[in-house]
Amino acid sequence: MKASRRVTVVFSLLLVGCVAASALLLRRLDRMRTGATLEEVLYISSPKALKKMSLGYDGLLAEIYWTRAVQYFGSKHHEGSHHFDLLAPLLEITTTLDPHLLVAYEYGANFLAPKPPSGGGMPERAIELEEYGIRNNPDEWRLYYNEGFIHYMDLKDYAGAADAFARGSRVPNAHPYLKVLAGSMAQHAGDLHMARLLWNTTYQTTQDKSVRANAAAHLRALQVDEDVTNLEALTGRYQQQTGRFPSSFSELQAAGLLRGTPVDPLGHTYKLMPDGRVEVRAPDDLPFIQKGTPPGYVAPVAPKFLPAD
Amino acid sequence: MTARIVHIASNTFREAVRDRVLYNLIVFALLMSGASILVGQISIGIERLVVINLGLTAVSLFGMVIAIFIGIGLVSKEIEKRTLYTVLSRPVRRWEFIVGKFFGLAGTLAVNTFVMAIGVFVSLLYVSHHFQKQDGWVLVALYFIVLQFLIVTALTLFFSSFSSPLLSAVFAFSLFVIGSFAEDLRGFAGITHGLTRWLATGAAYLVPNFSALNVISSVAHAQPVSGQLILYNSAYALIYATMAISGAVLVFERRNLK
Repeated sequence: MKASRRVTVVFSLLLVGCVAASALLLRRLDRMRTGATLEEVLYISSPKALKKMSLGYDGLLAEIYWTRAVQYFGSKHHEGSHHFDLLAPLLEITTTLDPHLLVAYEYGANFLAPKPPSGGGMPERAIELEEYGIRNNPDEWRLYYNEGFIHYMDLKDYAGAADAFARGSRVPNAHPYLKVLAGSMAQHAGDLHMARLLWNTTYQTTQDKSVRANAAAHLRALQVDEDVTNLEALTGRYQQQTGRFPSSFSELQAAGLLRGTPVDPLGHTYKLMPDGRVEVRAPDDLPFIQKGTPPGYVAPVAPKFLPAD
Repeated sequence: MTARIVHIASNTFREAVRDRVLYNLIVFALLMSGASILVGQISIGIERLVVINLGLTAVSLFGMVIAIFIGIGLVSKEIEKRTLYTVLSRPVRRWEFIVGKFFGLAGTLAVNTFVMAIGVFVSLLYVSHHFQKQDGWVLVALYFIVLQFLIVTALTLFFSSFSSPLLSAVFAFSLFVIGSFAEDLRGFAGITHGLTRWLATGAAYLVPNFSALNVISSVAHAQPVSGQLILYNSAYALIYATMAISGAVLVFERRNLK
């Protein structure tokens, strides 16, 4: 073999070997340093200092921090964790770097507000985030809507929710639903009708598939909760009339208390239990339901959405 | 073979010294002494932090600038001055020339870093009045910085084997910046789908990983560095540098020097 050919062969083999070896080593390094980039937040936790250090490239840095926040929330949510300590600082840094990054308020508040493991369980921080967003983007009606939603769903602060919806409805080009929500709040605060109206608004107004799927799942869950409440009231009434619980829905029909066999939003018939309780057939397919689950049922960490959503 | 590589390496080192590369040490000394005296007077409790952060950052940036700006001229300058033809007319192979140049510049950077490291420790002693056990981690951070230099030197040499000095500098500097966000890049690749995922993952694994080699913030906070990280980082830097040098040799072997 000629000397130059030998050099080419040797260095080509070296090159290929090194590419493979470096990729393998990087995988090991990544496994060893899980979350290492996020830990940096602890070293420079001041958003203002970071903004100065970004030398004017704050938009790009905000997008990096937003992606980190998404990854952080995603990984914690996937683990079923109850601790989301870095979520609020990451979102604070993101929105200070770019106060007009609307997506960070919209999704960030939804990451922060719900109870763990669905979210960070920090509704007050979520409200602060939305308020900061509103101060910087006063014409974005969606921020008022999100704030009202958190006031209503997570804080049960109906006056705060009504105020946020009312403020949002005055914004130019606000969605007409906001006026309806602000008006309905006084009449229906705390009941299923209001919750259904809110989730329906989210379903109708969002452009995002995952948010739409989440809203659809919540709407189904509300339907189940309402159905189960009504059906258990009927079995209770039947027991008062006859001294025993009905053994099937046909007995309720025969007693004139029910018309037809009741089905859940997925089309499955409800199960009538001997003690008068009503259960759904596939609780894992109906995330977020509060009623109709077997005793001791633990919902999966990741909610199951339907492909049709 | 070894003697020829050592000869080229020592010549490269001498040339760098003649080019007054080590003058940066004066700027570094002024920066460190100024920072040590000033921070103690205008702040409370962060003197040690500032000296470590500033010192190690300066070592890293000064070294990067030297690696890139000397590295880009290693091949092109020899061609421009026609000294390359004199070297290659002797029994020196092209790959030996590339490997010798790499070791010469790496040696220059190692000496430069060694002197700067003394400066960092003198400043540390000035502000703390005594050394602490955890100051030893600063040595690990300095070692990682030298590993970064090896990668950047190899990459610059690779680019300079086929590109103009200006473009080589741009490519090398861009890769340094991208490599500093390498872990983020792999994270982004992980959340994409389909063809984008394949392309992004490929790119993310091909760019140098400088994130794991930067432990400045953690050593400034006296946090230990694991032995496993030192081992993996050493292996990674050597493998990546070998990869870039192999690429440089393959390109340079085929380059028409007429």
